[in-house]
Amino acid sequence: MSTWSRNSSWAAAVPCAAAALLLLGLGLALFWAPEDADQGISQKIFYVHVPVALTAYAGFGWGAWKALRLLWTGEERYDLESYTAVHMGTIFGVLTLVTGSIWAKVSWGVWWSWSERQLVLFLILFLFYSAYFMLRYSLDPGPRRQRSSAVYALFGVVLIPISFLAIRLAEDLIHPVVFTREGPQMSDSMFTTFCVCLAGMLALAGALYRVELAGKRIDERVRELRELLAAEPVRQHVLTEVRS
Amino acid sequence: MSGLAADAAALARKDLLLELRARETLPAMLLFVVTALVVFHFALPADVSDRAAGGLLWVAIVFTALLGLTRAFVAEREQGLLDALVLTPCDRAAIWIGKALAVLAFLVAAEVVALPAYALFFTELDAAAIVGVLLADLGICAVGTLVAAMAVAGRARELLLPLLFLPLAIPIVVGGVGATVGDDPARSLAFLALYDAIFAILCFASFEYVVTE
Repeated sequence: MSTWSRNSSWAAAVPCAAAALLLLGLGLALFWAPEDADQGISQKIFYVHVPVALTAYAGFGWGAWKALRLLWTGEERYDLESYTAVHMGTIFGVLTLVTGSIWAKVSWGVWWSWSERQLVLFLILFLFYSAYFMLRYSLDPGPRRQRSSAVYALFGVVLIPISFLAIRLAEDLIHPVVFTREGPQMSDSMFTTFCVCLAGMLALAGALYRVELAGKRIDERVRELRELLAAEPVRQHVLTEVRS
Repeated sequence: MSGLAADAAALARKDLLLELRARETLPAMLLFVVTALVVFHFALPADVSDRAAGGLLWVAIVFTALLGLTRAFVAEREQGLLDALVLTPCDRAAIWIGKALAVLAFLVAAEVVALPAYALFFTELDAAAIVGVLLADLGICAVGTLVAAMAVAGRARELLLPLLFLPLAIPIVVGGVGATVGDDPARSLAFLALYDAIFAILCFASFEYVVTE
C-alpha cells in the first residue's frame, strides 16, 4: 500500500506506456508492417498472439523467481508477489490459447490442432497452473501454503522446457517456425512492429501486476485490521478485569 | 550420505513392513490395474492396432500409481506422524527418499502383474518398453511423493493429488508411449532419464520446504 502511494508517478507511467505502446503497435501492425505473402491479413494476429504468449512466460518466470526468493529468504511478501505473477501468467496463458485457436481456425480451418506445439504446451501449462490455484485454495494460509505454492510454481518453470521437449518428441510439425537459430525469419518492419507489441504487452502485464498486487495487499491489510477490531472488545474487557 | 541412505532405508522398511502387516495398498493397486486393463479391452474397438493399446498401458500405469500415491501419506496423517518425522534428527530429504522408495516398490510389484497381464490380453512388450516402464516409475514416484506430501496438508487432499500430479505426469506418458510404440525408443528413453534426473534433483532440494511449518 505504501509502495503504491510512494511510487504513484511510476504507477501512472506504466499503464500509460502500455496504452501508448499497444496503440502504436496496433497502428504499425495494421498500416506499416507488410502483409504476409502466404497467410495474408490473418498473419496480423501474430502481433497479438506471440507477445501475449511471451508475456505469459514472463509472468510464470517472474512468479517462479519470486517463489525462489521466498524459499531463499523466507520473507512473506514474496508469497503474494509470486501468486500475483502466476495469476497474470495464467490470464495471458488463457489469452494465448484463445488467440492461438483463432489463428489455427483461420490458417488451417480447425479450432484445435494437436500438432500446434505452442498451443499444446499452453494447454498443459493452463492445467498445471489451474492446479496451482487449487493447491492454494486448499491449504490454510500460513508458511506451509506459501512454501508449497512456491515449490509448485518452481516446478512450473521446469515443466515448460520439459513439456516442450515432450511435445516435440510426440508430434508431427506444421507450426510455422519464425524464430530459428539464424535469427528471426521476417522483415525488419515486421520485427520492429513485433517488438513494439511485445513491449506494450509486457508493460500492460506489469501495470496489471501492480494493480492486482496492491489490491491483494489491501485485502490482506483489511483482513488483519478486521481481526484486530474483532479482538478489541475482548481486549478491553480483559484490561478492565485486570484493573479491577 | 551414508546417514541419509540409512535413514531413507529405515523409513522405506517401515512403510513396507506396515504394508506387509496391513495389506491395504498393494492388493488394491493389483486389482485396479488388472481391472483397468479389462475395461480398456472393452473400451477399444475390435479392429484397433497394438499401438493404441500401448497408450492405454500408460494410462493404467499412471492411474495405478495415483492410487498408491493417494495412500502414501495416509498412515502419517491419521496418526499425526508427519510432524514427528519432520522433528526427527535426520535430513528431511530422507523422508522423501524413503517414501518414494516404498511407493516405487508397490508400483513395481503392481507392474510385475500388470505387464504380463497386458502381454496376455493385448500384445507382447519388448525390452525398450520395459526399460521405459522402469524409468517412468522413477519419475512418477519422485514427483508423485512430493506432490502427495503437498496435497496431504490440504482440505480436499484426495481430489487435489490427481490435479497436481497429472499435468506433471504428461511428459512421462509421452516418453513412455514413445518407448513402447514409437519409432525411436532410444530417444524416448533418454527423455525419460532426463525427466527423472531433473525432477529428482528438484524434489530432493525442495521436499524440506513442503513438509516443514
